[in-house]
Amino acid sequence: MDRDRRPRLAVWKFASCDGCQLSLLDCEDELLTLAGAVEIANFPEASSAVLEGPYDLSLVEGSITTAHDAERILKVRQQSRHLVTIGACATSGGIQALRNFADVNDFVAAVYASPHYISTLATSTPISAHVTVDYELHGCPINKEQLIELISAFLAGRKPAIAAHSVCIECKQRGTVCVMVQGQPCLGPVTHAGCGAICPAYRRGCYGCYGPMETPNMAALGREWRTLGASPRDIRRALQTFNAAAEPFRKESEAHAD
Amino acid sequence: MPTKTINVDYLARVEGEGALDIEITGDAVTSAQLRIFEPPRFFEAFLRGRGYAETPDIVARICGICPIAYQMSVVHAIEDAFGTKVDGQLRALRRLIYCGEWIESHALHVVMLHAPDFLGLPDAIRMARDHGDLVRSALALKKAGNDIMRLLGGREIHPVNVKPGGFHRVPSRAELQTLVERLENARNIATDLVRWVATFPFPDLERDYEFVALRHENEYPLNEGRLVSSCDIDIDIADYESEFEERHVPHSTALHSLLKRRGAYLVGPLARYALNFDRLPSTVQALAEEVGLDRICRNPFKSIVVRAIEILFACEEALRIITAYEPPAEAAVPLVPRAGTGFGCTEAPRGICWHRYEFAEDGTIARARIVPPTSQNQPSIEADLAVVAGSLLDQPDEVIRARCEQTIRNYDPCISCSTHFLKLTVHRS
Repeated sequence: MDRDRRPRLAVWKFASCDGCQLSLLDCEDELLTLAGAVEIANFPEASSAVLEGPYDLSLVEGSITTAHDAERILKVRQQSRHLVTIGACATSGGIQALRNFADVNDFVAAVYASPHYISTLATSTPISAHVTVDYELHGCPINKEQLIELISAFLAGRKPAIAAHSVCIECKQRGTVCVMVQGQPCLGPVTHAGCGAICPAYRRGCYGCYGPMETPNMAALGREWRTLGASPRDIRRALQTFNAAAEPFRKESEAHAD
Repeated sequence: MPTKTINVDYLARVEGEGALDIEITGDAVTSAQLRIFEPPRFFEAFLRGRGYAETPDIVARICGICPIAYQMSVVHAIEDAFGTKVDGQLRALRRLIYCGEWIESHALHVVMLHAPDFLGLPDAIRMARDHGDLVRSALALKKAGNDIMRLLGGREIHPVNVKPGGFHRVPSRAELQTLVERLENARNIATDLVRWVATFPFPDLERDYEFVALRHENEYPLNEGRLVSSCDIDIDIADYESEFEERHVPHSTALHSLLKRRGAYLVGPLARYALNFDRLPSTVQALAEEVGLDRICRNPFKSIVVRAIEILFACEEALRIITAYEPPAEAAVPLVPRAGTGFGCTEAPRGICWHRYEFAEDGTIARARIVPPTSQNQPSIEADLAVVAGSLLDQPDEVIRARCEQTIRNYDPCISCSTHFLKLTVHRS
């Protein structure tokens, strides 16, 4: 195979837990095939061989929380033909965006003895707040089958076949009895599909780690949760997790004051 | 004196982001600093005001590589605070999912991140050209760990099934049986892996570490035990703060943990193995002896052999648990929240992961403190680097750089977890 003609893949990390890029290494059955189809040009977590840009496809994990990273993402964009964000941190700011609801200085003081050593921004923001993003893959963590589909689609120059409906559809496909009907609050009706509706299959409500679906009916969900006995605090907590700063979740969470 | 600088802009094959500065004056290393500037994410701060029941999902996000470690430490801390004990098959299932994480995480590190160092290669993909069957079988081994995580946890990364008191749903016997064949195969691969990595060329280095690990009365430690050291420590996990302290140093967003009386200490595979060799199954002990691994190993480069040994242990332990499994009547024991403080300390693949939480009466977290393994090992990593760089001063910068990176990888550092980016700078004057 002519190595120079293979598309060049890069993987970048910003503020995150590493779980989404680990999803690529968790593709145990596909990894060697993938490494044949693309040139892994920049993936420091997996390889010390780092090649200069430009790159055909950049996968970006993590959110922007420092001034340095706000600069760095601009350079990543400049070197990337396609830039795809992977995971809740990159697409919505992640759990670290809980600082957006508080005073970050209180957060620093709560964790560090010498707060003046720490340099951080007041907010955690998604990559799309800083540069143009060609596609967003949701999830905390992303689903590895979707990741393979996404890479294959970009290599073939087609749109990824990734559903935009809610987790509810996945429960129906899986044959899982609705947990909400059994009295358990669930974020499935407003949450983006992709995980395969794991939580209801494990007898718990969805906790929204794939973030809001397109045009979710948040107010109806809030009312349903109240009917099931959830307190305003319960609703706030449930929506303020891994996609807390995603607009529909943020807005609805703030609508439930004590 | 002339100044000489060696740079590595991004230390590869570690989980996270950090940098290394080494300063050499004349014939001495005057400073070796592992700089961690992974952006802080403030978990301990935003955990305040959260409910106890949501913590396993939240703390998992500290680390995509070892979410079970965080979930296990927090559920033990919650049960400690609320005065509940989880026993029997639920306890066994917790060990089983932890075995899954150990197999997955150790196999990732041993084969994909660390072994290339010993072969002078940049990554496992390149390694697959000469050692194709080996890399493929190692991926099957890693997958067997992930299969446990997926079955018991719902997914490999950030599993959804762990809850305070037990699980949301427990598997049937038949479901667990589906893992047996894959784990038996994994056990054979792990045995071959131990034999293979034991043949690597190891730099000659012995360090006088104080090892710190959990020790249980009859098990190789995963979830529970007393906190012991190779020196004189033998304490309840609740007394951690009487012996250990965290310091905030300017060059790191991870706090440094130190022994109050003696400074740097070592957690992880070398420490667990040295302090718990007698708790390993005889088959695993026999293999360690066969490949010439001493009962106490002080050579940090040989941690790769100990990790492979621990993969074999985890495969055997998983099979033992599955064979003895009877589904419990309830998936979780009920908890009644109360005000109080709880402690959890479990053995993450990289070493002890210690948690303390203060709860309000309704089970809301008032304060949280989490001490991950990598921040505990950071002072030992820096001490190793000073010794390693010091022994290579007559060597070209390329050699020093490669060996220093390898030295850091000996620890399988999880910098994301300790708060991540490694940049190596060597200043010579």
